[in-house]
Amino acid sequence: MEKRVRFRSAWLPWLLVAPQMAVVLVFFFWPAAQALYQSVLQQDAFGLSTEFVGLANFERLFADPSYIASFKVTAVFSFLVAAVGLVIALLLAVMANRVLRGASVYKTLLIWPYAVAPVVAGVLWLFMFASPYGVVAYALRWMGMDWNHLLNPDHALALIVMAAVWKQISYNFLFFLAGLQSIPHSLIEAATIDGASPWRRFWTIVFPLLSPTTFFLLVINIVYAFLDTFAIVDATTHGGPGKETAILVYKVYYDGFKALDMGGSAAQSVILMGIVIALTVLQFRFVEKKVQY
Amino acid sequence: MKNRYLPLAGAIALAAAFTAPAHAQTEIQWWHSMGGALGEWVNDLAKDFNATQTQYKIVPTFKGSYDESMTAAIAAFRAGNAPHILQVFEVGTATMMASRQAIVPVGEVMKKAGVTFDPNAYVPAVAGYYTAPNGQMLSFPFNSSTTVFHYNKDAFKAAGLDPEKPPKTWPEVALAAGKLKASGHKCPFTTSWVSWTQLESFSAWHNTEFATLGNGMRGLNTRLSFNSPLHVRHIENLANMAKTGLFVYKGRGNAADATFVSGECAMITGSSALYGNVKRNAKFVGGIGTLPYYPDVAGAPQNTVIGGASLWVMSGKKEAEYKGVAMFFAHLSKAEEAAKSHQRTGYLPVTKAAYELTEKSGFYKQNPGTDVSVEQMIRKTTDKSRGIRLGNFVQIRTINDEELEQVWAGRKAPKQALDDAVKRGNELLARFEAANKGK
Repeated sequence: MEKRVRFRSAWLPWLLVAPQMAVVLVFFFWPAAQALYQSVLQQDAFGLSTEFVGLANFERLFADPSYIASFKVTAVFSFLVAAVGLVIALLLAVMANRVLRGASVYKTLLIWPYAVAPVVAGVLWLFMFASPYGVVAYALRWMGMDWNHLLNPDHALALIVMAAVWKQISYNFLFFLAGLQSIPHSLIEAATIDGASPWRRFWTIVFPLLSPTTFFLLVINIVYAFLDTFAIVDATTHGGPGKETAILVYKVYYDGFKALDMGGSAAQSVILMGIVIALTVLQFRFVEKKVQY
Repeated sequence: MKNRYLPLAGAIALAAAFTAPAHAQTEIQWWHSMGGALGEWVNDLAKDFNATQTQYKIVPTFKGSYDESMTAAIAAFRAGNAPHILQVFEVGTATMMASRQAIVPVGEVMKKAGVTFDPNAYVPAVAGYYTAPNGQMLSFPFNSSTTVFHYNKDAFKAAGLDPEKPPKTWPEVALAAGKLKASGHKCPFTTSWVSWTQLESFSAWHNTEFATLGNGMRGLNTRLSFNSPLHVRHIENLANMAKTGLFVYKGRGNAADATFVSGECAMITGSSALYGNVKRNAKFVGGIGTLPYYPDVAGAPQNTVIGGASLWVMSGKKEAEYKGVAMFFAHLSKAEEAAKSHQRTGYLPVTKAAYELTEKSGFYKQNPGTDVSVEQMIRKTTDKSRGIRLGNFVQIRTINDEELEQVWAGRKAPKQALDDAVKRGNELLARFEAANKGK
C-alpha cells in the first residue's frame, strides 16, 4: 500500500496550501519587500517628499563607527541570551520532569513569564536592580558590590541579558519538557539496569535524543535575541551607557519609531534580515548535521 | 416620470445633508500624551468646552508618550485619517514646521473661522518658539514648562543649610552638595533631562549660543556650538562633582525625578512641571529656586528655554471642523481657563492675562516657588535665548546623553565628549537640511 497521499486533481493541493501562502505573503514577503523599497528612499516623517537615494542609507550606516560597534554588542548579547537561556531551561525541564507531586503547579509557574510583555519584563528587572533601593541592588550592595547599570557597561549588558533570558525561558522550558516526556522510559530503565550513572544516562541517552529540540530552540532563541528584544532594551537601558547596549534591533526601532528616520531604519532592518537569513542557513548546514532525528 | 421626481429627490437629499450636521455634533479628535493627573486635566478641559456649546465635541485620546503619539499620528496621516489636533513635544517642532502640507497654521485656522486671535496676547517667550520666521504662529502653545532648580528643604535643614535660601550659582550648589554629603546624604545633586538642563537651558541662561543662527530659529543651515570653553568648563565642573559623589547620575529622560521625590537626592535641576508631583507625593517640603549660573559670565542669568508641548492642527479636514478647533483654542485662551490650567499643573501660563490673573489672585504668594518658572521666562529674550529649534532634535539629545554618560563614568574627557557630540549632531543637522531644503 502506498503511504503518500495522492490528489486526483492538480489544483487541490495548491488550494489547500493557499491560506498558508497568503499569510506568508501578506505578513512576511510584503513587509520585507516594503523594507527593501524604503531602504533606498529618503523620506521626511510624514511621507510628503520622497527621494530616491540609492544605497546612500547603507553607506551612511557603515560610515558610522557606532553602528559597526553595535554588531559586536549584538553578537555577545545573542550568544549570552541563547546559551544562558537554553542551559537554565534545560536544567529546569529536567528537574520538573522528575517531580511527581504538584508537577502542574511547577509547570504553570515556569510558563508564566512568557505571558509578560517584553517591555514589562524589562521594567520588572529594572526595578529589582535600580540602585540603591532595588531589592537585588540592595542585596548586592550589602555584599559589597556597587551595582550601577547606568554607568557600568558590563552591568547594563548583564541586566538586559537577564531580562531577555527570563522572558524566553518559559518557551524553551515547554519544548524541553515535551522533548523529555517523549523519550521512551524503557531506554533509561535499560541503562539503569546496566549500571549507568544518572550523569551518564543524561549525556548518552537523553541529551542526544533531545538534540532536534535543542537545535530548533537554538535557532528560535537567536532569532528572538536578534529581533524581539528592542522593548527590553528600550525599557531598561535605552542602549546606554553610551552606546554599550545599543543592539542592532534597538537601533532599528529607535531610528524608525522615535527618531522618524524611515530610510535609515529600513536599511538597518534589511541588513538585520540578511544576517538572520545567513545565520539560519549556517545553522541548518553545519549544526544540523550533529542533530539526530 | 423619472425627470419629474428628480428635483424632489435632490431637494430631499440636500435637506438631509444640511440638517444632519445640525442634529449630530461634529466630533473633533485630539490626540495627546498626558497620563495620570495630567490626563484628568486634559479630559476636564474637553468636558468644560463641550458643556459650553452643542455644536462640537472634543474627543481627547491618550496615545502614549510624546514620541509614541507623534509616530501614531504620522502613521494615521499617511493612511489618511489623522486627528484634528495633535499634541507635539518641543523637540518635534522643527519636524512639524518642515511638514507644511501636513499641518494648518493656528493663525490661519483662527482667521478662517472668524475667531478673534491676537498673537500678542500669548506669553512672548512661549509663543515665539512656535512662530515661523515670517511671524506666523504655527501651533497653539499649550503646556510649556521650563527648567528650574528643585531642592529638599528638610534635607537642607538637616545639613545646616538655610532652607529658605536655595543656592543661586554653581559654586554655591557645589558647596551645598558638600554639606549635604557630610550630613549623610548619598545623592546630594542630580539632574533630569541632561541635554535640556545642562546644555540647552544652560546656554540660554548664560546668553551663549547652543547652535548657530539663533539656535536654529533662523534657518535650516544651523550647526551646533555647545563645545565652547564655557560649556566645557561646566561639564568639567559636573564631572568633578560626579567624581567626588556630589553629583549622582540617575539616568536619561526624567528618570531622576523619582529619586528626588523619594528623598534620595536632595537637589535636582528639572522641569517646572515636577512641582505638582513633589507637592502630591513627596514626604518632605520641596522648594524651588532659579536655575544655577556662573556669576562671572557676562549677561548671566538671561532666561531659560521652554520644554513641554504645543497643539498642532492637521491638514485635510472639513471647514466646519476647523471652526470647532478654533473655538476650542479660543476657549483655552480665555484668561480664567488658562489661569486655572497654569495653577493646576505647574506648566507656564499660556497668555499674559492668565499670568496677571494668577498673580492678582495671590496664588504665587500662597504657593512660593510657583512663580520662579514664570519669572525666568518673562524676561526679555535675546537672539541666543529665544529657544532652540533643531531638526532631528530627538537624536541629538540622545547623542548628548550618550557622550555625557561617558564623562560621568570617567571614560571620556569633557572637551572630547562635547566635541564628539557636536560632530555627530552636526551630521544629523546636515541631513535634515538636505532633506528639507526645497520646501
